[in-house]
Amino acid sequence: MAPSWSEVEVGTELPAQEFALTRANLVQYAGASGDFNIIHWNERVAKSVGLPNVIAHGMLTMATAGRVVTDWVGDPGLVVSYGVRFSRPVVVEDDDTGATLAVTGVVEAKNDDGTVTVVLTATVGGEDVLTGARAVVRLPQA
Amino acid sequence: MPLNRDFIGRSAPSTQPFEVTRGDIRRFALAIGDHNPAYLDREAAQAFGHPDVIAPPTFLISASTGDAAGGLIGHPDMGLVYAMVVHGEEKFEFHRPVRAGDLLDSVTRIEDIRDAGRNELMTLVTEVTSNGDPVATITNTIVSRGTAAQES
Repeated sequence: MAPSWSEVEVGTELPAQEFALTRANLVQYAGASGDFNIIHWNERVAKSVGLPNVIAHGMLTMATAGRVVTDWVGDPGLVVSYGVRFSRPVVVEDDDTGATLAVTGVVEAKNDDGTVTVVLTATVGGEDVLTGARAVVRLPQA
Repeated sequence: MPLNRDFIGRSAPSTQPFEVTRGDIRRFALAIGDHNPAYLDREAAQAFGHPDVIAPPTFLISASTGDAAGGLIGHPDMGLVYAMVVHGEEKFEFHRPVRAGDLLDSVTRIEDIRDAGRNELMTLVTEVTSNGDPVATITNTIVSRGTAAQES
């Protein structure tokens, strides 16, 4: 169940989560999204264009980070908007653990239209991979 | 090679309507590792008040890229080399959730192409509609690495 408007305050923290992103996840995301940009699956080409290695789709990072919000509200249909800037590529080595994405969220504002604004942080190895990540969600009034 | 700035301000409709099926939504949800029942189970989605399963917030990315963007981004005269592209910014604003059964139309406009140091940034705005009713606005900024015109 979604937390209600009245029980949420500015500063309310969402449950933090960690997510693993492996090469297998990148391949699966490429197929599901139709984004077959070669830098997301071919190490040789990724390095040839100056990247440290294969990198995750920014949209996979964004989708994964957004789960902290949708898991919190329960109904993803309550999301009114969601936007991010990609500040650093998520490098995914060819191993079994991949990259670990750590995501936190906090309520930044309660808005007059019955929505709240959540600001997210998403880090890999302690460094931000998203900046300005914000979601606006409509909460039940009860 | 710099991107072709003649494309700034151009817009194009999707080449064909974007049909959203339960299978598409399931495949996408599983690919992002998200088992939220609103994506996978029609009865669970209906318990939330939706007519059918809904799509994750970022699902519409596939409606705003590639052929769906009216072929503008990959147009041969644009000069974009995909291997040099990384994502800069992305924002989805929803009038309502996307759901199974939707037949979505979209119009994508190239809002801007500008230099950012050695890179170029291209911003695209896609308006997504269903039977003329607004569904979502998508703002997408991609980075073309190292293609800015070199100062002489």
